[in-house]
Amino acid sequence: MTKVTMTVNGKTVSGEVKGNTLLTEFLREDLRLTGTHVGCDTSQCGACVVHVNGEAVKSCTMFAAEADGAEVKTVEGMANADGSLSVIQQAFQDYHGLQCGFCTPGMVMSAAALLKDNPKPTEAEVRDYLEGNICRCTGYHNIVRAIMAASGQDVPAVAAE
Amino acid sequence: MYSFDIQRPTSVADAVAALGTDEALPLGGGQTLIPTLKQRLSAPSVLVSLSGIAEIKGVCTNDDGALCIGGGTTHATVAKEASAYPGLAALAGNIGDPAVRNRGTIGGSVANNDPSACYPAAVLASGATVVTNTRSIAADDYFQGMFATALNEGEIITEVRFPVPEKSAYMKFEQPASRFALVGVFVAKFADGVRVAVTGASEEGVFRWTEAEAALSSNFSADAVPAAPSGDGMISDLHGSGAYRAHLVAVMTKRAVAAAS
Repeated sequence: MTKVTMTVNGKTVSGEVKGNTLLTEFLREDLRLTGTHVGCDTSQCGACVVHVNGEAVKSCTMFAAEADGAEVKTVEGMANADGSLSVIQQAFQDYHGLQCGFCTPGMVMSAAALLKDNPKPTEAEVRDYLEGNICRCTGYHNIVRAIMAASGQDVPAVAAE
Repeated sequence: MYSFDIQRPTSVADAVAALGTDEALPLGGGQTLIPTLKQRLSAPSVLVSLSGIAEIKGVCTNDDGALCIGGGTTHATVAKEASAYPGLAALAGNIGDPAVRNRGTIGGSVANNDPSACYPAAVLASGATVVTNTRSIAADDYFQGMFATALNEGEIITEVRFPVPEKSAYMKFEQPASRFALVGVFVAKFADGVRVAVTGASEEGVFRWTEAEAALSSNFSADAVPAAPSGDGMISDLHGSGAYRAHLVAVMTKRAVAAAS
């Protein structure tokens, strides 16, 4: 067992992990932060995307021990300090950017990572950035619209390529 | 996954020492190795994570004008910081997806030498040098077939050193589900000639298409690209036959020449 200490959503947390404990297991099972989802567990779907030191990563494809000393942010850390939804989360609600909701935590975290680097992306850039996030309900259109709205830009009436 | 211990050294020397253990494996960004471990296709006793070693991260230009990329540098960092070599930066920015690019490293990709990986094409076409903790290996000697390289057990890629060509471009035809290169071609035009390296196509892994190199060295235009090579020895699977891949080699080479800047 290895002792790990990291900052998760602003709080310092510690735990004992096995060598093969994935970051997503540490978040979900040890910290009980079950907002981060495991869809495929094979690095394809992106439901497990969290931020590690500000960068989007697939937490099912990183060991907890590798996050020792890191700043981790999960979807639980996305809301504003007063508990209201963040701009991105609110846009997902307003534009109905989810149906079953399983992919949403990863979509929100990827959207936040995109807008941090590229505050005014084009629709094509949004779609390209979401390459590693799979949604089986929405057909992506409303997710793209939500992200365009969250970036403060005009929202295409019918988003499609 | 089978159980194993994980170590996270902060220097190359400590990593090399840790890899001296029986059944120890180095872990780069883990974007290939972790899925492999999940499938129980690998059973190390110790995993030595290289992600905490600052000395093998970063991009810089050396006195000879070569672009030096630390083995632990992520694809995302190369995409952002390798502007001195636009063809290479563009290649790095198209590997996998954004989250994969934030973890996957050039050293990991080149050490694994997946027959469909993008980086080996750039390394071979550039005539790059793979620098390890013990030696420097020319790209022409480094790649030795599918998943096979000149690396010894416990040897770590500390740097990859790329001569910067006058013009270059990488074109890949993506396998539509995995987005790996069904065929990818990197063309690099230097003052003394053109090098063309092909990934994804051959059962022998990345290779140089010497006929195209000769033709393009005398006339660097898409029209000069020779007819497709033979499909013998090309990968044939449910995504495409050997002949189809061979055809794509010529098509992607033409596109790369046309796009080279």
